[in-house]
This record gives sequence, C-alpha cells and structure tokens, in this order.
Amino acid sequence: MAKYKMHVLVCGGTGCTASHSHEITDNLKAVLRDKGLEEDIQVILTGCFGFCEKGPIVKIMPDNTFYTEVKPEDAKEIVEEHIIKGRKVTRLLYTDPEKKEHVSDSKHMGFYKKQLRIALRNCGFIDPENIEEYIANDGYAAVAKCLTEYTPAQVIDEIKLSGLRGRGGGGFPTGMKWEIASKNHADQKYVVCNADEGDPGAFMDRSILEGDPHSVIEAMTINGYAIGATKGLIYIRAEYPLAIHRLQIAIKQAREYGLLGKNIFGTDFDFDIELRYGAGAFVCGEETALIHSMEGKRGEPTFKPPFPAQSGYLQKPTNVNNVETYANVPIIILKGANWFNKIGTEKSKGTKVFALAGQINNVGLIEVPMGITLREIIYEIGGGIKNGRQFKAVQTGGPSGGCLTEKHLDTPIDYDNLIAAGSMMGSGGMVVMDETSCMVAIAKFYLEFTCEESCGKCSPCRIGNKRMLEILERITKGQGCMEDLENLKNLATVIKDTALCGLGQTSPNPVLSTMNNFWDEYVEHVKDKKCRAGACKSLMQYVIDPNLCVGCTSCARNCPVNAIQGEKKTPHVINAEICIKCGTCIEKCKFNAISIK
Amino acid sequence: MQSALNKDLLNSKISVVKMEMINLTIDGKAIQAEKGLSILKAARIAGIDIPTLCYYELNGQKLENRPGGCRVCVVEVEGRKNLAPACATEIMEGMVVHTHSLRVVNARRTVVELILSDHPSDCLSCSKSGHCELQSLAQKLGIREIPFKGAQSTYRKDNSPAIIRDVDKCIMCRRCETVCNQLQTVGALSAVNRGFEAVVATAFEQDLVKSSCTMCGQCVMACPVGALSEVNQTRQVIQAINNPDKTVIVQTAPAVRVALGEEFGYPAGTIVTGKMAAALRRIGFDYVFDTDFAADLTIMEEGTELLGRISKFMNGDKDVKLPILTSCCPGWVNFFETNFPDMLDVPSTAKSPQQMFGAVAKNYWAEKLGIKREDMVVVSIMPCVAKKYECQRDEFKENGNPDVDYSLTTRELAELIKQFNIDFNSLEDEDFDMPLGASTGAAVIFGATGGVIEAAVRTAYEVFTKKPLEKVDFTELRGLEGVREATVDFNGTPIHLGIAHGLGNARKLLEKVRKGEVQYHAIEVMACPGGCIGGAGQPYHHGDFSIVEKRFEAIYQEDKNKELRKSHENPYIKQLYDEYFGEPCGEKSHHLLHTHYFDKSKQVEIEA
Amino acid sequence: MARVKLSESKAKKIKEICAAYGNKAGEAINVLHQVQGEFGYLPAEVQELIALELNVPVATIYGIVTFYSFFTMIPKGEHPISICMGTACYVRGAEKVLDEFKRQLGIGIGETTADGKFSLNCLRCVGACGLAPVAMIGEKVYGRLTPDMVKDILNEYK
Repeated sequence: MAKYKMHVLVCGGTGCTASHSHEITDNLKAVLRDKGLEEDIQVILTGCFGFCEKGPIVKIMPDNTFYTEVKPEDAKEIVEEHIIKGRKVTRLLYTDPEKKEHVSDSKHMGFYKKQLRIALRNCGFIDPENIEEYIANDGYAAVAKCLTEYTPAQVIDEIKLSGLRGRGGGGFPTGMKWEIASKNHADQKYVVCNADEGDPGAFMDRSILEGDPHSVIEAMTINGYAIGATKGLIYIRAEYPLAIHRLQIAIKQAREYGLLGKNIFGTDFDFDIELRYGAGAFVCGEETALIHSMEGKRGEPTFKPPFPAQSGYLQKPTNVNNVETYANVPIIILKGANWFNKIGTEKSKGTKVFALAGQINNVGLIEVPMGITLREIIYEIGGGIKNGRQFKAVQTGGPSGGCLTEKHLDTPIDYDNLIAAGSMMGSGGMVVMDETSCMVAIAKFYLEFTCEESCGKCSPCRIGNKRMLEILERITKGQGCMEDLENLKNLATVIKDTALCGLGQTSPNPVLSTMNNFWDEYVEHVKDKKCRAGACKSLMQYVIDPNLCVGCTSCARNCPVNAIQGEKKTPHVINAEICIKCGTCIEKCKFNAISIK
Repeated sequence: MQSALNKDLLNSKISVVKMEMINLTIDGKAIQAEKGLSILKAARIAGIDIPTLCYYELNGQKLENRPGGCRVCVVEVEGRKNLAPACATEIMEGMVVHTHSLRVVNARRTVVELILSDHPSDCLSCSKSGHCELQSLAQKLGIREIPFKGAQSTYRKDNSPAIIRDVDKCIMCRRCETVCNQLQTVGALSAVNRGFEAVVATAFEQDLVKSSCTMCGQCVMACPVGALSEVNQTRQVIQAINNPDKTVIVQTAPAVRVALGEEFGYPAGTIVTGKMAAALRRIGFDYVFDTDFAADLTIMEEGTELLGRISKFMNGDKDVKLPILTSCCPGWVNFFETNFPDMLDVPSTAKSPQQMFGAVAKNYWAEKLGIKREDMVVVSIMPCVAKKYECQRDEFKENGNPDVDYSLTTRELAELIKQFNIDFNSLEDEDFDMPLGASTGAAVIFGATGGVIEAAVRTAYEVFTKKPLEKVDFTELRGLEGVREATVDFNGTPIHLGIAHGLGNARKLLEKVRKGEVQYHAIEVMACPGGCIGGAGQPYHHGDFSIVEKRFEAIYQEDKNKELRKSHENPYIKQLYDEYFGEPCGEKSHHLLHTHYFDKSKQVEIEA
Repeated sequence: MARVKLSESKAKKIKEICAAYGNKAGEAINVLHQVQGEFGYLPAEVQELIALELNVPVATIYGIVTFYSFFTMIPKGEHPISICMGTACYVRGAEKVLDEFKRQLGIGIGETTADGKFSLNCLRCVGACGLAPVAMIGEKVYGRLTPDMVKDILNEYK
C-alpha cells in the first residue's frame, strides 16, 4: 500500500452497495482522474465496515476520517476539500448523538469503542479482490508457519489451547472437532466451510466472505493440513452473489500464488478448494443436511452418530466449520493460542460477531469480546433504543434462540450464559425490540420461518411446529383459549425433546422463552383479547378522536382502501369493516388525532 | 460374480468372528447384546417391545428403512439431553435406557397425536383398516381424542389400474420410497416438497401410470397406513358371480395356497389348498381351476423355446439371443420394458401363467363348453398387485374382451371369504375341477424364487437328454439369496443358470448380461423378494420376513406332496396339446400363448 | 415410449450443462442451478431431460427441485420483486410493506401477475439491515420502505 499517499476506502458491503457505494467509488475515481491524482490516491471498495445504519461509509487513510451517509454527488467535495485542501467535510462526519459533536475518527465513536475486531480484522481495511493486500496484512503467514514449523498434531493442540468454539451456533470446541477428524483414517478426507448462513437476522458470514475471503481460504488450508485432508469445499448460499464472486477471485488468485494446489510452500502438502451452492434451505446449516445437499440430494439431516468426522461427504471423514470460526484461525496461529484465550470468559474465548438490528439507533455488524454485557452492546455500541422508546427485549440466536429481557441486561454474554437464560448464541443475530413489538407475534414470526424451513422429515417438526403456529395464529387473532396455551407448552417441550435435528430441537425456543418471560402478554391476548404492543392487527382498531380531528381530509385522501369518511373541516370517522390497519392514516395525520385501541 | 458372492460371505463370517458384546440396562433389565446393534434390536432380543412406525426391515434382503423420522420409538437414555430414537441409536457399554418412562410415554403419545392430526379419520372404510400400523399404535397408546386441530394436507388421489395412491394418508415414513428406490431401483417415488407439505410422491405428482412404476406393489406391502393400497375388485367379481348369464371361472396362483391361511389365524407356512378350493366353490365360482395348470403349460412353451435357442446356439447361430429370461412376472416385464428397451428380444415370449390360463379358458374351454368368450368371466387369485395391470394390457384382449377379467389379491380373496360368511377353518378339503385344475409339483414351485427355473430344468433335462431324471430336486437352485447362480449338467452339456429376485438384484444381473460380463443360458427373475410368496398381494407381513421364509418352505413341501413333479408329465397338458395346440411353440400356441414387448423407456423428442 | 418434448436448442443447452458436470448424479444441484440460470425456471420436461442425462429417476430430481426454495417451476415475472422478511426488516414493518405489494399487484407470494410483468417473493435477510425494511426489484435494492412508497416504486416499472 506504500506507493500511494492516501487511500480512500469505500464500503462495498451489501447494505452500502444498495445505497450506491459503487457509484461513489466511480465518481471518486473520475474526480481524482480529472485532478490528475489517480497515481497518488487509491480508491478501494472494501468489505463491510459494520456501521450499516450510517452507510454508505467512506474512510480516508491515513488520517482515519470516517464519513457517513455519503452520496455519489459528495465525491467531488471529498476530493476537492479533504484530499486536495486537507479540510474535513464536516457535514459528512458522524455526530455524537449525546454530545452533538462531530467525530471524525471511528475509534472515538461509541459504535466502535467497545468493539474488538478479530474475525472482522480485515473487513473494511483491505481490498478483498486483491490477494496482495491480504498478504501485506500478514495473510498466508499462518499457513506458512503451520506447514513449515508445526506438525498437524501441533496445529490441533494450538487450536485446542486457544479455546475456540464453533461460531455457527452450537459452540462445539473447534480443536476437539479437528482432533476427531484427524484420528479417523481414510484415503480421502474433506474440509468443509459452512457458508450457508440462514438465520434471517444475521449476515456476518457474508460480510467476512465479501470483505476478507482469503482468511477463510487460509484457515481451511490449515484445517486440511491438521486433519490430513487435501480437498476443501465451501458450501455457500446462491443468494450471496457478491460473496461468491469474491471467493472465486480469491481462490483463483491463491492458486496463481501457489497457495492452493500442489506442494504448498514447497512442502508435500496439497490442498484445493471448490465451491458448492446452497439453494435456499435453512436446514442445510445443519452439518449432516449440508453434506447431503453437497452430494446433490435433498438437504435432509440424518441422525448422529455417525458424525461427519467419521462418515461425512461421500462417506469420508469430513470436518465442517462455519465461516466466522475459520476467520479466527489464522490469527490464532500467528498470535498464539495464549493471546486468544486471554480474551473472553472462562469457557468462551475470543470474540463474537453480532448482527445488531431492530429498534436500535446503530444498526450494524459488531464484533465484541465474549463476556460483554447486553447493556454495553445496546446502549454504548447500539446507541440506545430508537426514538427514545423503552427497551423491551432482545432476541438472540434467531429461530433457534430466545428473548432476553431487562433482567439479563448485565449478564456477560457467552455460550453458556445465553443457554442458561433460555436463548443461545446461534450464528449471532441480535434483534432489539421496544414496546411496539408484540412478543406473541415475534414467537409467531420465528415459527413461520421454522415451518417454512422445516425439511419435513420428522413428525414433531413437520406437524408439531405447524400446530404450534396455528395456535399462535389463533391467539394473535383473539381466538385463543387457555387450553391453547397448555397445548402450546406441551408441544414445545415435546418437540424440543424429540425432533431429529438441531433445527427442530431448537425451534420451540422462541415460544418457550417468550412464554417464560412474557406470560402476561400471552394471557392478555387470550383473556382480554388485547395486544399491548398494538402489533396484532385483529386485536386493534384505528379510531379518530373527534376532539382532535380538524377535518383536514389528509387521512381520507391517503387511505388506500377509502375507509375514512367525513366532510371537510368536520371530524372524520374510520369504517372498521373496510380498514386494513395499514397505519398510513396515523402517519399522515398532523394532529395526532388517530390512535390504535 | 461367483467370487463376489464368496467375498460377501467371507465378510459376514469375519464379522461373526469379531463379534463383541456390550452390556447395558433397558427398563431395569441387564442385557448383553452384540456391538453395533440399535437399542431397538437389543430390546427386541431381550423381549422388550418398543413401538415403531417408520422403521421397516426385510431381514436377509439387505433392506432397512431407518430414517429416524417418525419419532415414535424415542426412548430416554440416561445422560442424554434429548430423547433418542431407539431404531437409530447404537448401544454403548453401560448405557441405561428407559423405554416407557413418563417423559417417554408423554412424548410418544404427543407425537402420535400429531401424526393423527394430519391424517384423515376415515378408518372405517380405509383399505388398510385392521392392518394399519398407525391404527394399532393409536389403540396401544389409548388415544381417544386428538387435541390438535388444524390444517390437513391434501393431495390428488391417483388411481392406477393396480395401485391407489391416497397421499392424504401419507405419514412420511419413507418405507415406500426406500423400497421403490433401494430394493426395486424403480425410482417412481421420492420425497417431495418440504415442511408440512412434505410427502412421498411421483415426479410432478403425476399418475403412477405415467411414471416408471412397474406396479410391483412392494410399496403397498410396505406402507403402514392406507396411503398405498391395491385396486379392490371384489365388488365386480361378486356382480359377475350373481349374473346368471355369465360362466365365472377362477384360477389360483401357486403362492396363494401357502399364505391365505394367515388371514384366518393359521401360522405362516400352513398349506390350505383344499380349503381354498372349497371356499371358492362356496363363493359360487362355476369352475374352480388352478393357475398351476398354466404353469405346467408355461414350462412346455418356455422350456421348448429355451431348448430351441440352446440348440441353435450350439449349432453356431450367431443371432440367437441367450440367455433367455423368464417372463412370468408382470412387474419384471414392466421393469425391462422401461429400463432395458434394448433387450426386448431377450426374454421368453411365453405369456405368464395367468395369461396363458386366460387364453386357454376363453378359447379352448369356452369352445368346449360351447359358450361365447363374452359370456365367460375369468377371475384370477394372485399373490400379486401387478397382475391387475397385466390382465388389462391391450395385447391380452380380443375385441376389447380381456382373457382375464379380474385379478384379485390373496388379501381380496380372504375378504371375499369373510364377506360370504364362510367358516374357512372348518371347511373340508376339496379338489380343483378338471381338466384345468390338474398340475404337477413343478408348477407349484413357480411360487418361490428359483422355482420357475427348476421346473424348466426338470422338463428340459428330460427332453434334451432324452433320459429320465434321477433326482427331481435341484436344491442348488433354491434359496433366498438375492442373486444366485448354478450350473446344471445336461448329460455332459453344462447349462449355466442365473436367478434374481427383487428388481434391484435383477437390474444388477441384467447390467452384467448387457455388458457381457456373465454368460448364462437362462435367467429367472421375480420382482418381489422371495418370489411370488413375498408378492405384494399376499397377507401383510409388516416387515417380518420370517413369514415369507415359512411360505418358502411350504411351497417345496407342497411340491413334495404331489404325485407328479414334472410339467410334461401332466396328463391334461398332454391332452391339451393333442386336442388343441398340436405342439409346444407351434403355430396355434404362438398365437395364443406367446406375446411381445414394448419400449416404455423415456425418450426426449425434439420439437420442430 | 414415453415422450418428453423439448426444443432443439433447449435440449442441446441442457445436455451441455449436464456434460460439463460429467453427467454425475452428485452434481444435480449444480446442474439445476445452471439450467435455471439459463431458462429462468425448471419446467417438468427440463427436469425429465436432466434426469435422463444424469441417469437418476426424475422423481429424485423433482424431490430436489421442490425441496429448495431457490428452484422454481413457475417462470418469474419480468421484474421479480423480493421482500426481505428477515428479523430486522420484520420488526421495522416489512409485513405492512409486503401487504401493500400484494394489494397493489393483486397477487400472492410466489405468484406472477397475469401480464407477466411482476412476481412476488419473500426472502430472508439480504444483509442490508441498516436499510430495513428492504425490498428488491430485480437487482435494485429499495430501503427504508413504508407502504405508501409502494405505488410510486411500482410505477417506475410500468
């Protein structure tokens, strides 16, 4: 990177791409060319910076200026003011919501202060489509160290000592997994990277693959060396075209540099990687289902044992790890297990990436050390609840997890504490909810997802989840009875106890945890036919307060179904039979005359 | 192939030697069982019953359906977080298992209630009522109401000529899918859709007749509920019997007589030939004949065809097709028409015994009785579901009138006997009517795998060598191994024979023949495991293959009981040739007793 | 002989794709991906030919196609609309946006308008949670949606 005087890093994550970050890049390059600066200033489209709420992000190095919500037309001003004249464009700087001051260095922003980026270390810093940038940042040094200094057993020992656990959900110790696979002898073994991220509120794997694909390739190579596998497969969602594109480039470059293929680093170790595409099935995140899918079959899970480490892809010993787990491996090798295992809690070492979303000010991708509290995440990193509303719950672990409430705000987050609190780490979705979220509706939302994604192989998941969903539908429509609640609880318990795979066994968690923490809300829906969050449509009615309505007709004109009647300058009335409860009238009313009952 | 078989055998012997025992406790009982067994099997050996639903095994036929999907067999294993499926959990040293703890009973009951909540409750009129495993399970668990009301999945009903698919009743046990794909390699069925909509169906949920289905019916045999059943034609048969203008003739296949008794409480393997003939007469059939007669006739035709091909081959005719393949089994005929269209000239052109009988009845016997073929109704009692399809094939009709009008399964016959209020168990034995009820032991063994080829050898040997057989029993041709082979010495000429039962085994053998890897003179194929005794029209064995093994023994017992053991010795067969056909494979028999085959393979046609 | 009708160019393309994957049954999903990429959807006759080429029962292929939500047997509209129903979008009101799309187009999820212009689908998390709720029309992402924006957005394509 040295030959350039300055680098302009533009976020190329999906969120920022959707907000035209490619156009920003093009415009920046065009302006620089006009000014004859293209030799001095490099513009790089990087992976995700994480701060999606304020995207698109543009960062100027080396002075670490962090511009937010940049538009393509801002390119000229950035070049002319900042790059040429050295004056920061203050209107594009982040404003601290409390101090109301501009902050130009991301290190001083609440969003980044408490973060520790290990898995995301290169995301937002390097050009993911250029292997030299990865190498310049110690890339492929870890695999070199393994191949030339360590025996496979030493590599496994290092990973074991680091305390790294699987980041895909279950939290199985990675080193132990490698050890089991290494001890099963076979003519061929496989290393598989699970990039079938399916949690509907998580996108960290995608960000890593888009922002730092080489770290995964390097880690898989180390994994292959450790267990004696020469073939690697990345099972990736077909819905991630950008990640696929970058992986393809990365694999090609790694081959060209001799970092994949035969005799890597002049040793007799061979390793290569192929891509396999998922086709839209959440259950394929389960490793046996994933393996069947890679074999070109329906992605149905099978009973374990045999574990993939014994009999996996094409009946050969197979080690499956997820993207984020792999992203940790090279740096553990380089900095040593004893560096890594000092971060985190006693049983959960290192960091975890979370996709922070929902009713929170700073939506984005964050990486925090294990043991951080929810309060720190929500109020310091997340900047608190949106619109100054009241915190109600946070959902972690996606469709397999549960809700945590006020009383969990100061619990250190790690694998075991989350399970004890009735949730789980999962792949790292973290959705913050305020009082406008109905907990019964949230449980229903996750069950809709599970029902849609159930493979249908075992009866508890195939039929049981459908029945749970039907009960929740009745409850949210005000048609539930107390017996429904009893049946719901029994069903949830039995499904958890009897379903075939991880998807089925954890699918009742959203129901169980909301029932445990928000039982009153369930009872209210059933007995009082009331949804306190005002989220269950059937249980609410839109009404116009005649004392506040001035008859401006704005609501009636905007109502998509013409459900509002009334003369000009006289109070209007909503016809409840026609009203579809879309909420447009509330938004359009300037006099706060419309409310939900 | 010989060496491959020996290797298999060797491996199985090695595993016997290496057997390691595991100590565990099930329901407080200390048990020692072989390493590698599932909790389910260990418990069964110890006499502890764990209910199952999706689990299906054909012992000795290398078929196991163990998706672990129904979750009915869940048990509590101490130290484990979740309940474990007994069928798929391997036993471990020191394991402590509870099969009926409160937690297990509640879970099992809830799971069955869930399955019932997505299952039609028309038990009273369901084809599997009384044989339904879900029904028995609900009974066993004392389910009186289903607490979960909700949507039920609905699918289009598919009525093929032989098999009815009522997919609303499918419980996703996958037995049919496993049988269709692994045992039979037919591939007509697959799990389709996912989640609540998941079900086992044909491609595009099209009709079976449009799929690669051979109508073998092993899916019907495997289905624990009423999702797959045979087309029931008892009503049409009763109407024919009640019609005074019709002469109704019945023929019964060899395998029926060793299985029918099971429907009336007799142990498997009981021979009920005499009672069956008596019952058919009580039902009101005008003539009670025997398909065995036609089996003897088949040997005359097929045996002659075989000898003809062999002698041409030995005389250096390069165009002659060897091996000759048997063509008695309609499932097998459908299978090779679909999968081996390049080999349509290899199988014998001889019709199956059912169809030979129909042709003889509607021509020879109708002429003898002086009635028109339209006024004669031929009913067959078959251990088979595919026979229903076979008798409706166009080439077996004359001016739209079929040689065999209705083909009933063994199960349908039992139903008829019950409907006619006949006390089967107290019936005195009666004989078949003559002449079309006369048969030899060679015809009886058509009912078991290897029987057709043995029957053919008994006759061909004597015709070929012009010497009497010293020993009638060719035990080297018998057995329940999926693929077998033997060489019989025809007075110095070695005749190589191959045998396969189960269509998957047939496929393996045929592919070797196609590639020229094996040389046989003749091959016998039966679609169902065990041959017709394991046919899909037989009483349901619910995966207990020892029942089929007992029928197997009974078939050879019935053969031994016969006075005549070789088809060409059947005096009425001789009479039939003298009076009507002239000689085997002659012009008249070519017209009435032989058939041809069609290419049913799928081809892509390029649109202009 | 059971016949499957296909145009010559289609049949040729499918055979080429299967051959590129060595006509291996284990490559079924890759083949289906590529064929769908080529034709936009996977009608019955296309599956029949793939089954023949890979030498697997067509029921197996159909079982795969109906298992994965990415595969479709119905042609998509000229402008396929995907509404993100990931958690982040859901809690920020994606359901209301979806309802409005359904109402404006008069079609349900998984359907295509009669004129073939639009088809409607849900997907889970496009990774643009900062813009929630999000919808995609073709490759274009629309963020921070409210129901009253739907009509104007659709007008861009009419």
